[in-house]
Amino acid sequence: MIAAASTVVVIALVLWWILSSEAWPAVQKQFFNPTNFREVWPDVVGGFWLDIRMFLVAEVLILGIALLLAMIRALRGPAFFPLRALVIVFIDLIRGVPIILLILLLGFGIPALQLKGVPTSPLFWGVATLVISYSAYTAEVYRAGIESVHESQRMAARSLGLTQMKALRYVLVPQAIRNVIPALLNGFVSLQKDVALVFILGVREGVREAQIYTAKTFNYTGYIAATVLFLLVSVPVARFTDWYTERDRKRKQAVGSG
Amino acid sequence: MSVKVELSNVVKAFDDKVVLRDVDLEVNLHEVVCLIGSSGSGKSTLLKCVNLLVPIDSGEILFDGSVITDPSVNPNEIRQKMGIVFQAFNLFPHMTVLENIMLAPTKVHGVDKLEAHELAQNLLLQFGLLDKIDEYPDRLSGGQQQRVAVVRALATRPELMLFDEVTSALDPELVAEVLGVIRGLKDRGMTMIVATHEMGFARDVADQVCFLDDGVILEQSTPKELFSNPQQPRTRQFLQRIVDAGRL
Ligand SMILES: Nc1ncnc2c1ncn2[C@@H]1O[C@H](COP(=O)(O)OP(=O)(O)O)[C@@H](O)[C@H]1O
Ligand SMILES: [Mg+2]
Repeated sequence: MIAAASTVVVIALVLWWILSSEAWPAVQKQFFNPTNFREVWPDVVGGFWLDIRMFLVAEVLILGIALLLAMIRALRGPAFFPLRALVIVFIDLIRGVPIILLILLLGFGIPALQLKGVPTSPLFWGVATLVISYSAYTAEVYRAGIESVHESQRMAARSLGLTQMKALRYVLVPQAIRNVIPALLNGFVSLQKDVALVFILGVREGVREAQIYTAKTFNYTGYIAATVLFLLVSVPVARFTDWYTERDRKRKQAVGSG
Repeated sequence: MSVKVELSNVVKAFDDKVVLRDVDLEVNLHEVVCLIGSSGSGKSTLLKCVNLLVPIDSGEILFDGSVITDPSVNPNEIRQKMGIVFQAFNLFPHMTVLENIMLAPTKVHGVDKLEAHELAQNLLLQFGLLDKIDEYPDRLSGGQQQRVAVVRALATRPELMLFDEVTSALDPELVAEVLGVIRGLKDRGMTMIVATHEMGFARDVADQVCFLDDGVILEQSTPKELFSNPQQPRTRQFLQRIVDAGRL
């Protein structure tokens, strides 16, 4: 109650300060112009819908590929050393390069090679880069999860004659995933925004549409429209992540003390 | 009598710490061998070596007369013939009792689901756990969890069972139900190696008792001999401590 009241007061004060400032009329004209907003909204929404689709396709691929990478990395013994080393090198390299640089490299670089049978669409390479980059990060999330499962579980699984891969698949990974769901959800929020980076390849997603409009009209309202759309999706996911994490923590406490 | 398991000159070290020193042991078919000795003497390590969960440094382990510690041997195939039960139960918490039991038969031995289900039901019935078939492990008492762990190991129809202090994590009133299960297995002729602190149980059930001390089998004989007439001062000392603690 006190929290709600004080929040309202603070917001009201901030709004009053902004709206009464000398600069406000200019700001409103440049960023919050209703006419411009109406004009740009359909294009930005259309572009944003592409953002959403890119996000969905990429996320599904990332969750699968990252899990495979993490499982390979969790294999033990000298026989798997080459495979394991390959995965570690891949993850280190990808994580060591700014994602925007990867997008430029793959998105402009590979189509420029004009290889036969290799796609040249910037959309394809934009999404592919996001998948590659996020898979490397997400593999590390899974790895932390797998390592958090007690060693005795692996031993029990192996003692029943399960191979390493089967022990991972049936025993370790299901427990690991439960432990890292909050971290995976955080990854969702992050990717949902980073899909906009492919605008640099000229893909006409939400931010690109806003940029095109601004270049034409010298008015920034289009960027505000895009901002609103991204917030509409990412804030609820962030709230959900918090809610889930909290519930999970309480459940673990209940089990721990029961 | 045929020899089921044979260890000869087995040596195992973790880094610089030698945990098993030239261990020799023969376990005959249908025989129960109990391993006793203070904590840290190497009982768990010995069992894990037999099960190939821990690679040995030198020596040999034979199972049914063939060497299983050779690098060319696939450990998964050997483990399919043995069951091990651990002190901490180690049930899979994300699976029900039924799923825990069916995992190895279906995913390792290729038994079809219906048959594995029936086998699991039969075993649970025998061990008085049929009403727990759909429970998750965290809903069971320690004794029930440990009996499920035994059933899970038996579901692969092992020829040898290894028990590693399976009652040490249990409340005293639950110990008997688990020991009863092991006695039952002896009556059915199961070959077993049992690491235990329950001297009364070892005296009743074992065919041979081995006293381990700092990675060496210091003394080995029938329970009657070992408990009433121990030859080594260290064995006498160990047994005296057990008697003083009121556990024999
Ligand atoms: N994985 C391991 N790494 C290092 N040392 C170990 C490991 N497992 C056991 N040991 C050591 O080996 C010795 C014997 O342990 P263990 O076989 O568990 O004895 P017991 O079961 O008789 O209590 C102990 O000193 C223990 O610290
Ligand atoms: Mg032990």
